[in-house]
Amino acid sequence: MQSSLAKQFLYDMLLARRFEEVAAEQYTQGKIAGFLHLYPGEEAVAVGSLRAAELGDYVVSTYREHVHALMRGISPNAIMAELFGRATGCSGGYGGSMHLLSAEHRFLGGYAIVGETFPIAIGAAYWLAMNHSPDAVLCFFGEGAVNQGTFHESLNMAALWKLPVLFICENNHYQIGTEIHRNSAIVEVYKRGCGNGVPGKRVDGMDVLAVYEATHDALQQIRSGNGPFLLECETYRYRGHSMADSGAYRSTLEVAELRARDPLLILRSKALQHGWLGEEDAEALFTKAQEVVEEAVRFADQSPPPTDLYKDVYVRPLDLYKGAL
Amino acid sequence: MKRTHNDNAGFIAPARPRSELMCWEALNIALDEALAADDAVFIIGEDVGLYGGSYRVTQGLYAKYGEWRVRDAPISENSFTGLGVGAAMVGGRPIVEITTINFALLALDAIINLAAKLHYMSGGQFRVPLVVRMAGGVAKQLAAQHSQRLEHTLMNVPGLRIVAPGTPQDSYWQLTQAIHEDDPIIVLEHELLYFKKGLFDIHATAPPMHSAAVRRSGTHVTLIAWHRMVDVCLQAADVLAGEDDIAAEVIDLRSLRPIDLPLLIGSLKKTHRAIVVEEDCKFAGAGAEIVAALQEAAFYELDAPIARVAAADVPTPYNGDLEAASIPNAEAVTLAVRRIVGTREE
Repeated sequence: MQSSLAKQFLYDMLLARRFEEVAAEQYTQGKIAGFLHLYPGEEAVAVGSLRAAELGDYVVSTYREHVHALMRGISPNAIMAELFGRATGCSGGYGGSMHLLSAEHRFLGGYAIVGETFPIAIGAAYWLAMNHSPDAVLCFFGEGAVNQGTFHESLNMAALWKLPVLFICENNHYQIGTEIHRNSAIVEVYKRGCGNGVPGKRVDGMDVLAVYEATHDALQQIRSGNGPFLLECETYRYRGHSMADSGAYRSTLEVAELRARDPLLILRSKALQHGWLGEEDAEALFTKAQEVVEEAVRFADQSPPPTDLYKDVYVRPLDLYKGAL
Repeated sequence: MKRTHNDNAGFIAPARPRSELMCWEALNIALDEALAADDAVFIIGEDVGLYGGSYRVTQGLYAKYGEWRVRDAPISENSFTGLGVGAAMVGGRPIVEITTINFALLALDAIINLAAKLHYMSGGQFRVPLVVRMAGGVAKQLAAQHSQRLEHTLMNVPGLRIVAPGTPQDSYWQLTQAIHEDDPIIVLEHELLYFKKGLFDIHATAPPMHSAAVRRSGTHVTLIAWHRMVDVCLQAADVLAGEDDIAAEVIDLRSLRPIDLPLLIGSLKKTHRAIVVEEDCKFAGAGAEIVAALQEAAFYELDAPIARVAAADVPTPYNGDLEAASIPNAEAVTLAVRRIVGTREE
């Protein structure tokens, strides 16, 4: 079990890393526009948590969500095409990097306003609870989001009605350029749910196996009707907040120190050490990830753009002036 | 918020049609029918359950359908409205009650950034069949933070539909229609109209949700209004008919997004003069849009500039006399009509 799981996780993280690096290249070449928020350094969180989720679970994520989408099984082609703004993208080219959505994969977004994932998540969870469903909702957010009103409002409702939500904090320590101790009186994010009746715990977000196990346990509790839980994953982003941010507010030493605790390296050395995989396996996984991402770029580049400006503003099309203008 | 009643828990919503009802009762029947017909429908809002609704609209429904279908929410407008959006995305048909439009300002993220965007932003994958009910309007000395109208704030948002029922019959029809739509819809109610009586026939055929209605037919001037200003216009029309021999046509817009422009133009072709009467402030208000659209579409039908009678450009004062002076009344409408109808002879 450990061997296949280790291979899976390593491949997932290699794919995630490669996808984001190539996205950055494509952005630099002008193929991707707008805001682009990348995930390198944080891979263990999305991979560990979402590999512990079931297919029926809903996922709500932020604007840094490419890897969450990948982990839910949305094809790399459809995600890259969305970044390229093409009709074959998972949101048809209408959403972009920050608004990946897929009904088929129960992937509810992709939100670009900090703190919006909370109400969406409790809404889906309310529906599940109302219908006695065994499914749960995984709600991602950054540590900066916990000072938004929706965090407290939504966690209160989730606890009050025992809604099946796992709140997963990706604590990368920076809300753009403001470090957590400069924006929060309490820097242990997992404690911030307590005032609203949501218990929490902190795990090492650079350790994919730790995240996987913690998520697995939390989801089990949630599915047995114990109400919501907050899992804080301490992690780090290597890049700036977005492609528009150089990250100059952090010392190179700090970044180097964190890079030394790279989640891919940690898993790789652990796996080699335990004999879960060999060097050649790791190389093969990297090559495969490279090919998949290359193909995604090719697919996106060859895909047509969306052309209908007015499509899907409404389910039932609305003529503002009933044809009089 | 002033508590407007105190009996509720054992009350069962009226199930039989009556010849005359109040708006809140008509809304209550629409909600009762929707909850009975479809398990996906649920209501969430402050005091909608045990208390029965600040304006009685949800009275009796908690006892009948239970707490999951009629959910008392904490005071968290943005998140319980957003909860509605999330539930709508996955199969629910939520009806969110925001006690007044003033509180809805706290939920604009859920309404504008979420509800209005998701169908488009997801390339049509997700639907948001969400109804958000809220009351606006100047009531009785509720002061500046409880008296706003703010229609224009939501009118400018693609992805939303806005209806503004002003009679018991329309309240029933338009709320029922809104619940059956798959788009997010704002049902704008008026605080002073909840206890207004009117004819009600549950079996009557509903006109399209977004159509306007002629409340009084006339030939000299078209008065365009919605909500309580329709009554103000009807009063003015009575005076004008009696004292000035002026036949004013009064149109109840009923919908603010979209606007039933063809009906307005049809009226203009008859009267060649129009006044928009709105309870909100004039500057950049709903009336500005209506006037602009009408002159674009029917400039050559006009014998006079389209006028606006609107609220004073002030936050609503507490003092009763000042409050009354801040919004249009029948006298102001009458004077405005005399002014523009008079221009024909001058």
